[in-house]
Amino acid sequence: MSLAADIFTVLCLLAGLVFFAAGSIGLIRLPDPLSRLHGLTKADNVGLFFVVLGLLPQAGSVLAAVKMLLIWLLLQVAAGTVAQILAEYAQALGRSGGGRR
Amino acid sequence: MSAAPLIGLGGAALVAIGLYGLIVGSDGLKRVLAFNILGGGMFLVFGAVARRGADGGFGGDPVPHALVITGIVVAFSATALAVALLNRLAAASAEEGKAPSDTPGGPS
Amino acid sequence: MSLFFDAALILLAIVVALKVVTGRDPLTDVIAFIAYGIVLTLVWVRLAAVDVALTEVAVGSGATGLVLLRAAGAAATAKQEARPGRVTKGLAALVSLVVFLLLAAAVLAWPKPQPSLALAVAEHLPATGLGNPITGVLIVFRALDTLLETVVLLLALVGIWALAPDRTGARAWSGTPAPLSGMTPSGAQVLLAQLLLPVGLLVTVYQFWAGANVPAGAFQGGAVLGAMWVLLLLARLAPLPRLEQPGLAVLVLAGPFAFLATGLAGWVWAGGFLDYPEGIEKPVIIVVEAAIVVSIGVTLGLLVLGPAGPQAADRPGADAS
Repeated sequence: MSLAADIFTVLCLLAGLVFFAAGSIGLIRLPDPLSRLHGLTKADNVGLFFVVLGLLPQAGSVLAAVKMLLIWLLLQVAAGTVAQILAEYAQALGRSGGGRR
Repeated sequence: MSAAPLIGLGGAALVAIGLYGLIVGSDGLKRVLAFNILGGGMFLVFGAVARRGADGGFGGDPVPHALVITGIVVAFSATALAVALLNRLAAASAEEGKAPSDTPGGPS
Repeated sequence: MSLFFDAALILLAIVVALKVVTGRDPLTDVIAFIAYGIVLTLVWVRLAAVDVALTEVAVGSGATGLVLLRAAGAAATAKQEARPGRVTKGLAALVSLVVFLLLAAAVLAWPKPQPSLALAVAEHLPATGLGNPITGVLIVFRALDTLLETVVLLLALVGIWALAPDRTGARAWSGTPAPLSGMTPSGAQVLLAQLLLPVGLLVTVYQFWAGANVPAGAFQGGAVLGAMWVLLLLARLAPLPRLEQPGLAVLVLAGPFAFLATGLAGWVWAGGFLDYPEGIEKPVIIVVEAAIVVSIGVTLGLLVLGPAGPQAADRPGADAS
């Protein structure tokens, strides 16, 4: 039972790492702000989801597991909003002639 | 080799980087940033000492930990004051259209 | 394996620090500095110092980063001073290297056994009614440090308010600070503030309450409270504070003065400055800490906001959304 849980954890963490790596590569390699943000939010949402999912069997108690899920949910809200604000800022910059300040 | 000496050495390196930035920094903000990096490194050296002093069932000596917490808040206070000075200096030099070094503040 | 992880973490901190020191763009430098604070937070967790990690991420990275972001715009327009020449840089590198070698020698040649107050704290902690040794040190064993720490925050605020530009006909220390952002907040930002406010208040109360027994405390809770206020201000859900309001002064002064009053009362009821009365240490500590949380939150917010802006008196209502 605990072996199955450990294998589940390792697989989920590996999947999460793949998404984090993809998001990081996207952040560095993609050409414009909006697609960079798109890549980054994938890491934030799906990558962290897999990490939290993988750690759930290791939490030890239901309370700890619920706390981890709440943290994931909070990060979803924060990351989504930040991406939205950055995208609006990037668009405003693009309209006003582009380039960095 | 445990983590404490490694992190202590890392803290020493951060102090050196911060000190270098403090000396060669070309504007006020850069020096404030470098000073904060120096402080962060110094706290880490202290933290490594605290980790070595772990005893009595604690993960580290709680006295240095408490001192570092105080230090972080004091460093923030100093940074906030420094930033307010920088902003005032920038506003004053923009008003008078002179180089910042010619206008050290408001009317005296 | 975990040593490899620690080494990678330290290396990351060094790379980010170099990026901050050698960067050319103020805004990028400040963002890199915030990242530096977050990496340091992870290092503190590796040092088994979760209380310090919470403070580092909330105050060292978050609040300091916010204050520095306000300076990044001004720094971008400020005239650059002459860059140091090659000789200066070489000498600076030499001095830094010497400092590194001295510190490294101190780290590698530390005394054995390491002097530590951990046992003394463990011995006396039960008498305080607290379970978290760091809260015990902050509020009881080294209470004078913490009292003066709240006073340092107060002094920084006085210093910053004193930097307000002169305005004819206006009372000193009156008016509102400049808004945090010139941009109209987007719908998402307003929603975030509305969603996070109850969560943030809950976290504040939890940090303050749980800090007695687990890693957390008044300073971390106060920082979250201050962050919630800044979030409301950014979303324009709360008006900018008028600095001359008496209520604001009461909130700012409540913490230091409650602490000081308890300290003075210690002479009467326990025989020494900052001594707590036997038997009811815990309730007294909780009342003092609650006042500190509120004061820290408001003071941090005011430190981020900065001095009163020049436009407040000239264009009434310009600060309203």
